[in-house]
Formats: sequence, structure tokens, C-alpha cells
Amino acid sequence: MDDSELAVNEPDPDPLTTAERWRGEGRGVAIATVIATWGSSPRPVGSQLVLDKEGRFAGSVSGGCIEGAVIAQGIEAIRDRKPRTLDFGVSNEQAWEVGLTCGGKVQVYVEPVED
Amino acid sequence: MNRSVLHAVLEARAHQRPLVLVTELDSGRQWAEIRGGPASGLAADLRDAALAALSRDRSAVVEIAGARYFLHAMNPPLRLFVVGAVHIAQALVPMASLLGYAVTVIDPRRAFVTGERFSGVKVSTDWPDDALAAVGLDARSAVVTLTHDPKLDDPALRVALASPAFYIGSLGSRRTHGRRIERLATAGLTQEALARIHAPIGLDIGAVSPAEIAASIVAEFTLVLRARAEG
Repeated sequence: MDDSELAVNEPDPDPLTTAERWRGEGRGVAIATVIATWGSSPRPVGSQLVLDKEGRFAGSVSGGCIEGAVIAQGIEAIRDRKPRTLDFGVSNEQAWEVGLTCGGKVQVYVEPVED
Repeated sequence: MNRSVLHAVLEARAHQRPLVLVTELDSGRQWAEIRGGPASGLAADLRDAALAALSRDRSAVVEIAGARYFLHAMNPPLRLFVVGAVHIAQALVPMASLLGYAVTVIDPRRAFVTGERFSGVKVSTDWPDDALAAVGLDARSAVVTLTHDPKLDDPALRVALASPAFYIGSLGSRRTHGRRIERLATAGLTQEALARIHAPIGLDIGAVSPAEIAASIVAEFTLVLRARAEG
């Protein structure tokens, strides 16, 4: 290979790289990962989102339907330093904010990054 | 996630090493099992399951000995090798990059491989067979030849066909491809091997412009990749 012109293509950094950078800046950080899906779901298993204590985030675990709830739980996880598994199902009137309008189900694991 | 685990994951990724991040969901305990790396301390059956997830490139929750684990398969990016720094390549490269491929453009005709035409990706001005032989094509590699020139395309195809690359596509009309098949068969390649070449390249979406042809190619190798994963 001719390395003289070599430059590596860099799309958005992946969420784990962002997690390390934010943690390095001293921010409280949590990582959310899609661990299971059923039916139609917008993001595949393994998709990740990183968030900090102020609710800033990068990456995604859905098409935007459940990010709000995941971030709220992530902030809790940073606070109590405990991981949790969240289930999101078909949206209904009681829980429209955290439902998946696509009709799928998704399980998300949320964990704080600890030193 | 403990930061030492995060570091191990990022380090393995930086070195293009396949790994599985194993998380015990109830306790939050984690192990980074790096293929070919030092023992991570996983129990044998869990380690086997983790490495199988890596081979299938499929992350999943498993239950072993009464505990639930998430096996997060993290393979290095898929790779695309484009032979021929031609107009279609200029459209194909950014599309494949968006899809997450690590893209390399190969063309020994130096005038074609200028930085303005291909900024931000690896380029090689070696002969295609040498360049492809050097990168170690694997089952997560795709090869596309776009030059129409037998001197460049044929050697590339010979190397690609000797590899487990998941997709091999070659630009050219049915007639061009017919002659290509004849040449390669004369050179000793079997019909079975030659049948792996996708030609005319790309899904039939009626593509006309270079960008449309690039879209048809990207769609085709995605279909091949995902069809394999479902199978």
C-alpha cells in the first residue's frame, strides 16, 4: 500500500470514543445499548448512545422515540452508579412519550461509566 | 462500564482486533474478550458463545447457567476495495463510507488518484493484484472493479476470487463480461469461481449517472451481506 497519501476516513466518532473523551473531561457519563429487539425497530442490537449528567448525548438507540426516557434513566444511573435494563414496547396513550410508534419492542441496557 | 474495560475495547478497536464485550446484565460485570488476545477470565461455555457471536457478527442476549449476558460483537469495519479511481468511484466512495465501510481506492494510474478526487480515504497506486494480495481479503471484504481495462481488472479479480471476500463485482456490459469470463477461464479459473462475480454490477434500478450506478452497487453488496447474515 502507498501510505504517502493515506488518510483514514472519519465519520462521526462512535459513542464509546465519545464516552472516553467526555469521561476524560471529568463529566459523569452513561452508555445505553440496544440489547434486544422484537418486530419492527429502528436501530439494530448493539446500537449505542452516550450521555452525560446534563443530558447531552451522541448516538442513538431508536429513531428518536425513546431517547428522552433513556437519557433520563442514564442520568439516574450516573447518580446511583447502578446499571439497569429498560423495556420499551408498543406505544399507548399512557406512555406515549416512551412508546415506539413503529410498533416494535426494544430492550436497552443503561450503565454508568466508572473509574 | 468500568473505564479499564472501556479502554480495552477502544484499544482493540484501534488495532482492528475483533472483540466481544460480555456484560452480565444483573450484576453489570463485564469482560472484553479479544480474539487472539489474552484470556479474559470468562468461563469456557460463555467464551465459546461470545466467540460464536463474533463469527456470526450478531450481538445477542444469552442465558448461561441461570445468568443473562449480553454478548456485544464488535468486529472491525467492513472493508471495500475499489479498483479504478474513475468517476463512479468518486460517488461510490462517500456512499460506502456513510455505510461504515473502510474504503481503499486502488489505481496505478497516478493521475486518477489525486487527493482532490479522493480525500479522506486510503488510496494505493500499486498494481491491483499486489495491492489486494497485501491487504488480506477476508469474509468482511468487498471488491469492486471499475476500470473496464483487463490489465487492471483481471488481476484484481483473480486475487479476489481466491479469497473469501463476501462480494466481488465488476463493471461492464454483458458482452464485456462475457469476454472477461472467457479470458479468466482460459487463465484457469473454474466456472464455479467465476460465477461469484456480480456482473453486470449493481442491482437493476435503471441507473444511468455515475452516482446512480454507485447507488446500485452499494445496494447490491448490502443485499449480499445481509442475505448472508439471514441465511
